[in-house]
Amino acid sequence: MDLLSLAVKSVFIENILLASFLGMCSFLAISKRIDTAMGLGLAVIVVQTITVPTNWLLRRFFLAPGALAWTGIEPLAGLDLSFLTFVVFIATIASMVQLVEMTLDRFFPRLYQSLGIFLPLITVNCAILGGSLFMVERNYNAAQALVFGVSSGAGWALAIIAMGAVRRKLRYSNVPPALRGLGITMIMTGLMAMTFMMFSGIQL
Amino acid sequence: MSAMAASWKHFRDPLSENNPITVQILGICSALAVTVKLETALVMALALTLVTTGSNLVISLIRNTVPPRIRMIVEMVVVSSLVILADQLLRAYAYDISRQLSVFVGLIITNCIVMGRLEAFALKNSPLPSVLDGLGNGLGYGSVLVLVALVRELFGSGRLLGRAVVPASLYERGYVNNGLMLLAPGAFIVLGLLIWVQRTLIRRVEPEG
Repeated sequence: MDLLSLAVKSVFIENILLASFLGMCSFLAISKRIDTAMGLGLAVIVVQTITVPTNWLLRRFFLAPGALAWTGIEPLAGLDLSFLTFVVFIATIASMVQLVEMTLDRFFPRLYQSLGIFLPLITVNCAILGGSLFMVERNYNAAQALVFGVSSGAGWALAIIAMGAVRRKLRYSNVPPALRGLGITMIMTGLMAMTFMMFSGIQL
Repeated sequence: MSAMAASWKHFRDPLSENNPITVQILGICSALAVTVKLETALVMALALTLVTTGSNLVISLIRNTVPPRIRMIVEMVVVSSLVILADQLLRAYAYDISRQLSVFVGLIITNCIVMGRLEAFALKNSPLPSVLDGLGNGLGYGSVLVLVALVRELFGSGRLLGRAVVPASLYERGYVNNGLMLLAPGAFIVLGLLIWVQRTLIRRVEPEG
């Protein structure tokens, strides 16, 4: 029940894009077309589901203060490597993206082709690094980290697909010239964030 | 154009004509997240300027020795080391602000401005113009941050830099702070309007796509 409420919370209430502003760059660039938006959304779900739990493991057994106690080596037990968090996380993300790319290429070539250039772009999508950093800041346990990974990715995908659909309709509207593109997209994202705030009363 | 004027252009361009946020569409995430208060926006702007300038300098110095195939990894390592430095400095000297910025200092690593400038500029230019370019982009980013934060803090909580600026007599006559400014939608809408104003001023229209 706890996990279900966490999932609902990270998809709707604390949507990683609309409430924490993460992954805006690719959101703005890719949401122009709905099919590419779907591709990238899917890729983010996959990568987020893998990286958050992996980074949780790394933190638990390598980075957190005293985490190296399991090695049984005396001088390592008291070590605090948490200052390395950023470097280790970004390296994990980069290598995981590479790994996902190779796996897809080998076993699901069609999916791989449809995702195409979006996979490498994910390395610099701040929703991914942000998800792992939130996981550290909020002290999730292993199950929570997994659920948070899946659902924050799903929340991001939901937002980008919805925006792709809105922008498609927007092509037929008469927007003031200087507001076209980025400006109107920002304002509409604001309105979308406002509608998502409606969910904030939900208790499970 | 003389060399001096050219370098000056690298510094001045990103401030308005080629602003990283409103024109290049880079680094939007943190621009929205840290602008609830002017203080956090200033600190973030400072941290990012430091990182872009520093990484531009370092990459530009080693640009001829790094093989192109591993340049991304090298860039990432340089940027993350600088961000760790900035993060540790903030924790040591401004702990409260570093708590408020939460994950967003770490996210400077994936801030597209930093990588974007390294790829587009520092890899091809000598150290001095690179430093100016980093400085200009950092400040261009910072100025947008400060403007958004100014609007949000002033209208959202009636304060500037934590000091009350809206006179109490105004509240007595029924003035109310606009709570929406403090929430996520307020950030999106303020930035959207700011982009509109800025693009009208520099007469830039995005091509239909």
